[in-house]
Amino acid sequence: MALLTTFREVGTYFREIYSGVASLVRGMRVTGGYFVRPQTVTQRYPENRKELKMFDNFKGELILVHDEQNHHKCNVCNTCMRKCPNGSIEVISKKIEGADGRSKKVLDKYIYHLDMCTFCGICVSVCDEHALKFDQEFEHAVFDRSKLVKQLNLPGSISQKEANNE
Amino acid sequence: MYDFAPFIDSYTSYLNAHFSPFWAGLISMVSLGVALLLFYAVLGLYLVYAERKVCAQMQNRMGPNRVGPMGLFQTIADLIKLLLKELIYIRNADSFLFNIAPFIVIVASIMAIGSIPFARGLQAVDLNIGVLYILAISSMGVIGVLIAGWASNSKYSVIGAMRSGAQVISYELSVGLALLCAITFAGSMQLSEIIASQQDGWWIFKGHIPAFVAFVIYLIAGTAETNRGPFDLAEAESELTAGFHTEYSGIKFAFFFLAEYMNMFVIAALATTLFLGGWLPFHLYNFTAFNTVMDYIPPVFWFFGKTAFVIYVMMWFKWTFPRLRIDQLLALEWKYLLPISLLNLLLISFLTLMQWHF
Amino acid sequence: MEETLLDIDLKDREEYIINMGPQHPSTHGVLRFETCLQGEMVKYIIPHCGYIHRGIEKMSESLSYPQLVHLTDRMDYLSAHMNNEAVALCVEKAMEVEVTDRVKYIRTILAELSRIASHQLWWSAFGMDLGALTTFFYGLRDRERILDIFEETTGTRLIQTFITPGGLMNDVHPNFQKRVREFVTYFRKKLPEYNQLLTGNVIFQERTKGIGYMSKEVAISYGVTGPSGRGSGFHCDIRKLAPYSAYPFVKFNEITATEGDTFARYWVRMQEMSESLDIIDQLVDNIPQGDYMLALKAIKAPKGEFYHSVETARGELGVFIVSDGGPNPARIKYRTPNFSNLFVINKIAAGHKIADLVAISGSLDLVIPDIDR
Ligand code: SF4
Ligand code: SF4
Repeated sequence: MALLTTFREVGTYFREIYSGVASLVRGMRVTGGYFVRPQTVTQRYPENRKELKMFDNFKGELILVHDEQNHHKCNVCNTCMRKCPNGSIEVISKKIEGADGRSKKVLDKYIYHLDMCTFCGICVSVCDEHALKFDQEFEHAVFDRSKLVKQLNLPGSISQKEANNE
Repeated sequence: MYDFAPFIDSYTSYLNAHFSPFWAGLISMVSLGVALLLFYAVLGLYLVYAERKVCAQMQNRMGPNRVGPMGLFQTIADLIKLLLKELIYIRNADSFLFNIAPFIVIVASIMAIGSIPFARGLQAVDLNIGVLYILAISSMGVIGVLIAGWASNSKYSVIGAMRSGAQVISYELSVGLALLCAITFAGSMQLSEIIASQQDGWWIFKGHIPAFVAFVIYLIAGTAETNRGPFDLAEAESELTAGFHTEYSGIKFAFFFLAEYMNMFVIAALATTLFLGGWLPFHLYNFTAFNTVMDYIPPVFWFFGKTAFVIYVMMWFKWTFPRLRIDQLLALEWKYLLPISLLNLLLISFLTLMQWHF
Repeated sequence: MEETLLDIDLKDREEYIINMGPQHPSTHGVLRFETCLQGEMVKYIIPHCGYIHRGIEKMSESLSYPQLVHLTDRMDYLSAHMNNEAVALCVEKAMEVEVTDRVKYIRTILAELSRIASHQLWWSAFGMDLGALTTFFYGLRDRERILDIFEETTGTRLIQTFITPGGLMNDVHPNFQKRVREFVTYFRKKLPEYNQLLTGNVIFQERTKGIGYMSKEVAISYGVTGPSGRGSGFHCDIRKLAPYSAYPFVKFNEITATEGDTFARYWVRMQEMSESLDIIDQLVDNIPQGDYMLALKAIKAPKGEFYHSVETARGELGVFIVSDGGPNPARIKYRTPNFSNLFVINKIAAGHKIADLVAISGSLDLVIPDIDR
C-alpha cells in the first residue's frame, strides 16, 4: 500500500515536470514562431516621414484657416479665448476705420500658446465661424520655449468679412 | 584537413629559432593574450548585438538599425559611449572592493575561454583537467558579483548579490553533475580527448536519453549560472532596479555586461564540446557522400555554429519566460534538477560500465 | 494580531527599509513604497502617494463643466474615455437630459475599446514585472490598433477629451465601424497567443497562484473595486449594478473569481478582454442614427448634489458634484478606483517576498496619476 502511494507520488512528480515543460514549450513556440516569421510592426521614423500621414482628425497644432486670398474667418468674438480651459489663446483686436466711416473691431493678433494647450479641441468646436482647425503637424519639439508661442493670423491677412465690405 | 596545429607549431618554432627561449615564450604568450582579448571583445560585442537582434525579431521589432548597415556597429558605438562616461564615485562605498569587482568578473570569464578548443589545434591550453578548470574559473565570477553587491553600499545591490550567491552555489552542483555525465562517457576530463571520443558520434546521440537529459539539465543550470533570464534574479530589474550592478556606471558597468555575455558563450561552448561534438562535423552513420561534404566545412564553423545554436536557445529562454522567485529557483535546483541529475549520472555510469552506448 | 500602520515605529534603526519608488521600475510611475524587509520577506509596506498631485479637483472648481472634462483624462489616462463619460453622465443627470442612442452606443464602444487597451497595457507591464519582457511588445502591438481607431475619430491617442456633457465632441469617423470590426476579428485571434505565452506558463502560474490573497471581506472593507475586487468574488461591476449608456442593451457577464489571489485578478482581466470584445460585437453593427450632440443652451447643473459612477478599467470611478447653480461646480470630488485599490497592498503583500510584492502591485493595476489626481 505504502509502495503504491510512493509510486503515485513519483508519478505526480514526473507528470508535473512534463506538464511544466510542455507549458514552457508552448510559450517558446509563440516567440520562436515570430522569430522564424518576422512580422515587424515598428516603423523607421525619420525615413518614413514622406509616407507618414496622420489621420484627418489628428489634433496637431491649432491654425487659423486662411483661404487663397489670405483671408481668415475670425470675427473677433473672443469665444475661443473665453472657453479655452488653459488660457492658451489670446485674441488681440484693433479698431480700424471701415469703408463706411464707422470704426470696426478686427483681428490684430491671434496668439496661440502651444506650450499651454492640452489639445482638448474646445476652441475648434465653439467657434461658430469655423475659423479654427487643427493641422497635421506633430513635430512640436523646439529648442526655445518662446518658439511655442505662435501668431496664427498670417502677416497681412484680413478677415473675409472685412474683405467683402471693401 | 583544416588543422591549426601546424600553423601554431611553425609560429613557435619560428620564435624559438629567432629569439632566446625566454623571449620566445614571452612573445608567444603576449601574442596569445592579445589574440584572446581581441577575440573576447569582438565576440562579446557581437553577442550583445545578436541578442538585441534576436529579441527584436521575437518581439516584432527591428532592433538596432541605425549605426552602420543593419546596426552592425551599434554595440561598438555603445562601448565607446560607455568608455567616455563618467565613473560615478559612490560615497561610503568600499572603493577598493567596488573598483576591483568588475575586474574579477571579467578576468574569470576571459580565463575560461583560454582552454576552449575552437578547432583542431586551435586551443590556447589543452589542460588534462580542462572541464574542471573551466568549471572552477567560471564560478569565480560570482565572487566578483558578491563583492560588487557588498561594496556598493546600496540595499538593492546587497539583495541582488546575496541572491546571486545562493543561486550560483546551488546550480554549480547541477552543472557539475551534468558535465560529469559527459566525462563518464568520454572517460577523460581533457577537452581534446572528449572531442576525440565523439569522432564516431556526438554524445547527445550516442548516449541515449540520459545524455539528452544531461544536456537539458546542463542548459538550464548553465543559464542559471550566467545569471540570465529567467534566472536573472541578481539583476531583476523590476524588483531591484539593476541588482548587484545598480551603482556601477561607465566602463565598469560594461564589464559586467560583457562578462554576462561571455559567460554565456563559455557555457554554450562547453555544451558544444561535451555534448555536441565540439568542432567535429555532423556525420550520418555510414552515409559517406554526405559525410565527405560535411567534412569540407571547416571545424571553426562547426564549432561556432553549434555554439551559436546553444546561445540562441538560451536567448530564446530569456525572451520567453518570466523570472522565477528566489525560493522557486532553489526549489527547482534542489527538488528537480539535482535528484534527476544524480539519477541520470547513475544511469550513465551503468551504461558506460555495460558499454551500452554506441 | 492586527497591526495598523500607526503602530509601527518608523524610527527603528534595525529595520531594513528600501524605498521602492518614486523612481523604480516596478511602480510604473511616481509612487513610493516604503518597504520594510527581513531578508527577502516583506514585513510591511507604507505606500506614499502625492508625488503627482496636481489639484485636479480644486482646479475644476474654476472651470465650466465642458472645460473640466479635459482634466479627467489626466487622472486614469488609460481609461480616458470612461473618465470623461463619468463627468458627462453626472452633469447630464444633474441637468436631467438624456443623450441620443447614437451617443450612448458610441460612448460604450469607445469605453470598451479603452478597457481592452488598458488591459492590454496592463498585461504587457505585468509580464514585464514578472520578468517576461516579450509580453510588453505583444501587448503594445495590439494596443496600437485601438489607438489608431481612437486617433482617427478623436484626433488623439491617449487623452482624448472626446466625451463631453451632452454628447461627443464630434461625430465618429466614417471608417470607425469598419476598423472596430477589423480589430475585433484581429484581437480574437491574438488573445490565445497571450494565454500561450503567459497564462499557461508554469513559472507564471507558480509566481501568481496563492500569492497576495485578498478575501472578499478585505476587498469590500478597503473598497477595492474593478477587476481587482472581482478577483475576490466581490460583485462590483457598475455596468451590471447600475447600467448606464448602452449597457442595458447588451448581454454580457460580470467576470468574477473566488480565489482572490494574484492569478485570479489576472484571470478576471483576461476574461474581461474577451467579454469586452463581445460587447463591442453586439454594438458596432447597430449604431443608430442621430445627433452626436444635444443642442443645449447652457451646460449648468442646478443647485444640489449629484453623484454618478462608471466602471473604468480599474474599478468604480465616482463623480460627486456640488453645484450652486452656476456654470462651474462649487465642489467636485472624484472617487477614483486606484486610490482605494492601492492601500490594500500592505494587507495583502506583507509576509510575501519582494518579487511577490512586484507581482501583487502589478496585479492591482495601479495608475499613479489616478491615485493623486
Ligand atoms: S477664432 Fe472663432 S471663436 Fe475665436 S475669436 Fe475668432 S471667430 Fe471667435
Ligand atoms: S485645444 Fe483646448 S487648450 Fe488648446 S487652445 Fe484649444 S481650447 Fe485651448
